[in-house]
Amino acid sequence: MTRTRTMLAAFAVGLLTSTAALAGDVRIMWYSDGIEGEVLKDLIDRFMKDNPDIKVTIDNVSYSVVREQLPVQLEAGDGPDIARVTNLKALSKHWLDLRPLVADAAYWDKNFGDQADWMRPDGTDQISGFMTQITLTGGFANKTLFEQAGVALPGKDATWDDWAKAAKQVAESQQIPFPMALDRSGHRITAPDIAFGANYIGADGKPAPLDEGSKAFISKFIGWIEDGTMSKDVWVSAAGSTYRAGADDFINGQVAFYYSGSWQVPNFSTKIGSNFDWVATGSPCGPANCTGMPGGAGLVAIKYTKNPKDVAKVMDYLASEPVVKEFSERTLFLPAHKGVIEKGLDFKTDDAQAKTALGIFVTATTSLADLARKLPGWPWSDTIYGALVTRVSQAAAGEMTLDEAYSRIDADIAAKVKDSAL
Amino acid sequence: MAEISRQTSQNRTGQSLGEIAMVPVRLAMGVIDAPLRWVQKKFGLGGMAVFFLLPNMLIFGIFVLLPFFINFAYSMTGGTALFLSDRTFVGADQYSRLFDCSNYANPNTCAEDTFWTAVGNTGWFVILQVTLMIAVSLITALILNRDLMARSFWRAVFFFPVLLSPVVVGLIWKWILQRQGLLNFGLFGFGFDPHVWLNDRNWAFAATVGVSIWAHMGFYTLIILAGLQAIPKDLYEAAEMDGTRAMRVFSRITLPLLMPNLLVVIVLVLIRAVQIFDEVYVLTGGGPGTSTLFVTQYIYETGFAAQLRNPGLAAAASILMGLVLVVLTLVQLGLSRSRDKKGARK
Repeated sequence: MTRTRTMLAAFAVGLLTSTAALAGDVRIMWYSDGIEGEVLKDLIDRFMKDNPDIKVTIDNVSYSVVREQLPVQLEAGDGPDIARVTNLKALSKHWLDLRPLVADAAYWDKNFGDQADWMRPDGTDQISGFMTQITLTGGFANKTLFEQAGVALPGKDATWDDWAKAAKQVAESQQIPFPMALDRSGHRITAPDIAFGANYIGADGKPAPLDEGSKAFISKFIGWIEDGTMSKDVWVSAAGSTYRAGADDFINGQVAFYYSGSWQVPNFSTKIGSNFDWVATGSPCGPANCTGMPGGAGLVAIKYTKNPKDVAKVMDYLASEPVVKEFSERTLFLPAHKGVIEKGLDFKTDDAQAKTALGIFVTATTSLADLARKLPGWPWSDTIYGALVTRVSQAAAGEMTLDEAYSRIDADIAAKVKDSAL
Repeated sequence: MAEISRQTSQNRTGQSLGEIAMVPVRLAMGVIDAPLRWVQKKFGLGGMAVFFLLPNMLIFGIFVLLPFFINFAYSMTGGTALFLSDRTFVGADQYSRLFDCSNYANPNTCAEDTFWTAVGNTGWFVILQVTLMIAVSLITALILNRDLMARSFWRAVFFFPVLLSPVVVGLIWKWILQRQGLLNFGLFGFGFDPHVWLNDRNWAFAATVGVSIWAHMGFYTLIILAGLQAIPKDLYEAAEMDGTRAMRVFSRITLPLLMPNLLVVIVLVLIRAVQIFDEVYVLTGGGPGTSTLFVTQYIYETGFAAQLRNPGLAAAASILMGLVLVVLTLVQLGLSRSRDKKGARK
């Protein structure tokens, strides 16, 4: 009888260990734009040395895995224990509430409170995680090309038209394929949309129909693609809402002005090196304002974890002031941590261009439009971004007129709002 | 006499060794035999057939039929939730949405315009790719069937792309065709203007057809080659003695005797063409615009990659695509049966 019991117990233990995560196991799904994966590994190795009972595994994946596969895993009640994501609000129902688990919830509120709403379900005080970096969209100019062309870099309050005109002169003089490029991303095109007076949020809090502000910039943008001012390659290179960056064209000196964001600074610092001089320009102005779009990547705990206490320990460590400071200084990312920002950072780079660029982005965070601040925490942002990318790129490819694109954007958004209500 | 006797003795030793080796096999057969006899006695000969088919049918049921029915159930639901139990029953709404169109020839008049664009693209792709694939594979097989120098080498060369993963195929051709790719580099070197092949609607579409032919023709060439080698040589010798022209030999001997293989190839190419996705997704991403967006990519984007997924709509589209494939397979079965009947009558 005792032998049978022992065998049954052994079988049960075997079954449990084969189907459930081991206590102390924490998996992080992580994507990298630059060297942040290596920095994280270094930080985690130190954590594991101090906490031998917790084994942290970092699964380095591509950004598309986080965007396309993680949501499906989460819907199925599966996934990693911690993940680095950008669509924080739309997936917030899957995040673990760390408030009762972290060592000092007040520390989290004080230092990461400004962005806490970006990643928690509406109407809650949940602590879901923290922003590993704050990003801001903005432009970059190839200074060497401008100098070689003898064209002055447009000044601080230059408009989108000013930049288009100057970049065109540079492209003509230097025989490069495109004067300007803008990432194939709804988030990126939203900054100039807002600068042209767009408002995405309706009176009922749901998406509003496309207004004159959005239409004004989109029509200008399509005109630029048609006359060769804006890179067509980036926008027509895929169907649907697939993300495409124009960074490689800028790095290869094929574009005079590139609109992307602060996360490209370490990338450019590493890949451009001394090949040419480049500068961050901030966001060009529209008739309404000169805003960029804030955003960033957040590290969130997943509520389907089997080891919430261990997850909270890892999160506490990664959100601690010295770790955030070291992570930001080594990766050249703008931190979200208030204490770290107040005390200042010493970015670990010899690249003066990168340091100056980061300074320009930090300054630009003070001149954001109200709507730009609201959108990262608004649940319908991604819906609008997806519709914008899909239809604007079809108009850019000449598949539909601008008016058809506008009505399709409204119809797509309305269909998504209807679907989500089911 | 002594030699014969030695040989007989060796044969006997060999036989007895063989019998010893067969002992465990016979034992195993004996063990299986008893339950099989019981099954046959209990359920009859028909039952035995079911018994032997059951494992295969189980696998088919679990991995093919069950997903099909689950997919059908999804197509009758709406919302963005993943689990069937969390989804709202909407009846045939997803199908109505797909067919909500005032002019099917103009996708812009349809509620789901990208679906009909993808259907149109897939239709053109199938027509072009299947025709060209059969022609190219047949010509290649006819050439490789001749007495060429280093024939095995050439066969390996044509088969090699089949061994590559579709992602690798897509990436190789992307590096060749992109703005700063190998092709433009070569053109520039010879003094021609470079062209952005993948940004041009027509060239991008032609590239998807060409790349898929390059990647898969080796496999179909091999099937046709096997058919060519099975044609009796004496038929060709008789034709040669009669002084028959080469084209007539091809149309009267080669083509009719190759038809069973060609039918298999046509169906395989057709099914594969309707399902085209992987290499095109890597090569063009469906662009420029939606000019190389095919039905499978539409299903993938709608169900998995869109910022607000719609699994119900994706499931409805995949059911429709499945029906098309069933029809194509039935047509092929019908064709091969009618050929068999004609063959039997002759």
